[in-house]
Amino acid sequence: MSAKKETLGKTIGVVVAVCLVCSIIVSGSAVGLRSLQETNAALDKKTNILTAAGLIDLASNNEQVAEVYSNRVEEKFIDIATGQYVDEPFDDYDMYKAANNPDYTVRVENSNVGFQRRATVASVYHIKDENGNITRIVLPVHGSGLWDLMYGFLAVDNDGETIRELIYYQHKETPGLGGEVQNPDWQAKWDGKKLYDDSGDVAISVDKSIPDSRKQYAVDALSGATLTSNGVENTLRYWAGENGYKSYLTNQSWKS
Amino acid sequence: MADTKEMKKALFGPIIDSNPIALHVLGICSALAITTKLETALVMSLALTSVVAFSNLFISIIRNHIPSSVRIIVQMTIIASLVIVVDQILKAYSYEISKQLSVFVGLIITNCIVMGRAEAYAMKSPPMMSFLDGIGNGLGYSFILIVIGTIKELFGFGTILGFEILPLVQNGGFYQGNGLLILPFSSFFLIGLMIWFIRTIRPEQVEPKE
Repeated sequence: MSAKKETLGKTIGVVVAVCLVCSIIVSGSAVGLRSLQETNAALDKKTNILTAAGLIDLASNNEQVAEVYSNRVEEKFIDIATGQYVDEPFDDYDMYKAANNPDYTVRVENSNVGFQRRATVASVYHIKDENGNITRIVLPVHGSGLWDLMYGFLAVDNDGETIRELIYYQHKETPGLGGEVQNPDWQAKWDGKKLYDDSGDVAISVDKSIPDSRKQYAVDALSGATLTSNGVENTLRYWAGENGYKSYLTNQSWKS
Repeated sequence: MADTKEMKKALFGPIIDSNPIALHVLGICSALAITTKLETALVMSLALTSVVAFSNLFISIIRNHIPSSVRIIVQMTIIASLVIVVDQILKAYSYEISKQLSVFVGLIITNCIVMGRAEAYAMKSPPMMSFLDGIGNGLGYSFILIVIGTIKELFGFGTILGFEILPLVQNGGFYQGNGLLILPFSSFFLIGLMIWFIRTIRPEQVEPKE
């Protein structure tokens, strides 16, 4: 049994020793498992793109996900401002990581979307049918929800305005309330909605009550999750708008 | 060294006789939230059992060196480190489930069972017994979670671990899923019923009338 006497020195010594040992264990596990976690995250991203593409039924295990992805999905890079295709800015380009680098970003002005800078170049995904014709375009979107940024994929038809899927894959919304953005029943409501009205303005919205005239532009809000619903609407209105993919979706460069 | 009888008591006692959820009513938050599917309940049980067992072990090993003025902080540091390690392992080896458990793995840190056993048992007992006590309490927690997870998944979704047992009407079967059981708060009723049941077969657990 050790002495019951407590001195300031011993107290600090024990606390420092415990912290040191714990930090070594924590950082050791984080570093040691990182490569596995990154493989999982990459696979998860492919799975989500395939879900947005409507192709997930073709792939039931991890190998099939990789295979279907390589056959049917093509990653392209666009300059968001002009909507034109560009080369990959650098190897392993990630538009969310690049958003921390001032050389590859622009400021987001007058927006409630929840982030201050966004990358100038975006990764978009062409989805092809068996004959190589482009059927859908999958666009990465993100914006703030209630607690944090929500990341997702928006899939539109090759007409550039009809939504097929909106798949959120990373968010910190409350399970059961805002977390319902991942509920398949709610996701299904996006199918067939239009991003733009006849005059070409952004028309998509998330509403509590929807008049008949807006049926094709509006999706029911999530009950109990007003701020998440607003976040989804702001996200889509930003990314469909002038500062987002509007020029790309109106150019429709994928058709040429 | 403690004798076998005492070890058995530490290991199996918390399942019925001193169940952390049913008797002490600790750890209710996660028991409500993640029992909708049996699979998440199983993984959560495993995660909590390993955290409480190893935190008990480590705290017990250094119990005579922990200054009592900062003991809670030292315990929290150890528990938090273990929880982070468990979270990292889950992310590496079962990514889908770790996404479903989301914040609840992190919240094991605030699970009263872990802290409670560290403070009440591990600070006073030798390492081996503390480790067994941790596993025992983890088993007690798991027992409740698994029973509730089974009931909720079977009668809410008609499945067990994803295998169809009662075919749902939507899929052309006969069973109409019970929507109430899919919601987290229905665990309140189930935990209440279990406490009633356990106290009926173990009347000594009933608190005396005031």
